[in-house]
Amino acid sequence: MRRQVGNLLSGFYLTACYVFILLPVAVLILFSFQDGRLAVPPFKGPTLQWYVTIFTSDRMTDGLINSLIVGISSSAISVVLGFLAAFGISRYEFPARRLLQGVIILPLAVSYLLVGMGLLVTVSSLGFGPSLWTVVIGHVVINMPLAFAICLTQLGEHQRKIEWAARDLGASTLRVLAQVTMPMIAPALVAAFCLCFTLSWDEFIIAFLVTRFDVTLPVVIWSMLRGGFSPQTNAVGSFIFLCSIVMLVAVELLLFRKRRV
Amino acid sequence: MVSSNEARAASQARLAGFGFTLPAVAWILLFFGAPLAVMAVYSLLPLTTDGSPPHLRFKAYSDFFSQPAYVQAIWNSVVTTAIVVAVSLLLAYPFAYVLAYRVPKRWQRFALACAILPFWTSYVVRSYAWLLVLAPTGIINWLLINLGLVERPITLAYNPNATVLGFVHFFIMLNALTIYANLVQINPRYALAAQDLGASAWRSFLAVTLPLSVPGMAVGAFLTVVLCIGDFITPQILGGNKELLLPQVIMMQIQRQLDLPMASVMSLVLTVIVAVVYLLMQKPMRSARL
Repeated sequence: MRRQVGNLLSGFYLTACYVFILLPVAVLILFSFQDGRLAVPPFKGPTLQWYVTIFTSDRMTDGLINSLIVGISSSAISVVLGFLAAFGISRYEFPARRLLQGVIILPLAVSYLLVGMGLLVTVSSLGFGPSLWTVVIGHVVINMPLAFAICLTQLGEHQRKIEWAARDLGASTLRVLAQVTMPMIAPALVAAFCLCFTLSWDEFIIAFLVTRFDVTLPVVIWSMLRGGFSPQTNAVGSFIFLCSIVMLVAVELLLFRKRRV
Repeated sequence: MVSSNEARAASQARLAGFGFTLPAVAWILLFFGAPLAVMAVYSLLPLTTDGSPPHLRFKAYSDFFSQPAYVQAIWNSVVTTAIVVAVSLLLAYPFAYVLAYRVPKRWQRFALACAILPFWTSYVVRSYAWLLVLAPTGIINWLLINLGLVERPITLAYNPNATVLGFVHFFIMLNALTIYANLVQINPRYALAAQDLGASAWRSFLAVTLPLSVPGMAVGAFLTVVLCIGDFITPQILGGNKELLLPQVIMMQIQRQLDLPMASVMSLVLTVIVAVVYLLMQKPMRSARL
């Protein structure tokens, strides 16, 4: 009896939490199909017209392209630098190893606002204007520590033994890196790339601080908010969200599915 | 001869290790470390009104702390963050507990993934989505009016409570994640042993499981502080501009006053607060293996 009450209570609590957590996203997506000018109840529709505008309005397509440029280039740099550093840290003994590891991880413990402010102040005191490349630099600062951490957890002892075997057979360090280590942890590298891309794709504050005209999608949404509740905002928001989810499913499949076998 | 070869190999290995690590470290130092240093210098070179060359002084700092509105913003930020940490932990703990111990093992990953789904929307989209729910024309007010419970829309959005709600929504997911990761690592035999020795379920939870899950809560709480106290979007969209938080005041310095020295001072103050929290929480976080 007591056990049943407990189960009932926990079931109830679980449901309440799910409703609370999923409610805003559900409303966001539902009203992206609103057949009317305002994203407020009652629901009329459904229509896909607002999704079409993402790909037809200039402001949106520019934002989309900028977001892709920033996301792809910053994630690529993050994964390359993070992987090399993880290889160095996990495979070699050298002085100040711990310290350097700490330096790489450091940006994880500060708010994005600080990273963005630092870049803004520096760029403007050097006399450069706002630019998309500053966003790329900032996104590498916040995402590379993550790529580094993911690679580090995947470069285990098992891989190390295979690297030794390759070395015994006469392979040079770079050859080991390119033909043994990288193929072995390729799923982790792709997963790290996807995760970095998701975070860059969603990131607002750094992109907002250091750009003016070439803006990314989240910044476009920010400027649309002044126009009130337009279903178009819902559509872009849902679109960004769905892209992130697709990337994350890829991460899940690449990083975790294999381990279970 | 052999030993000199070994020494050479060792020094080569050191060089290679450095070589691989250096690009990443250089990037962080150049694009994170150096800008922080520039900010620190900037904060000491306040704007001069008469166009004379600026010289080193603490004017921006004294200006900052002598402005009641700014000190109030720090206070608002600290209080809001404290409330958000407390409420998120309180709500997330039972959620993570049920997920870890009541949901069947093979459903847990899926249940967890669904529970953190909105985690992957950007701050802007998430806050906007809450507006759709809470606004006078939003879904809750529409429901209340149509059910005949109220006659005119009640005020839910555009006040500090809405900010807290928006934050709690995000951090309940984050804390559920860190607490869950901690709970599933606790050996269930400890709690069983306590119950074999005669402890009630409640007592074994309080004396065994809860203390063992402190690291997960500490990590969650720390991340909450870092992300909450530095966020500008949630209060800006949901908060209604009445009680400003520190990041909002920082953004005002940048956008309206164009006062980068003052914005630098404020960002550094923000960082000092986070650093203090980190030092305070280092001990409970240390044993976390997430």
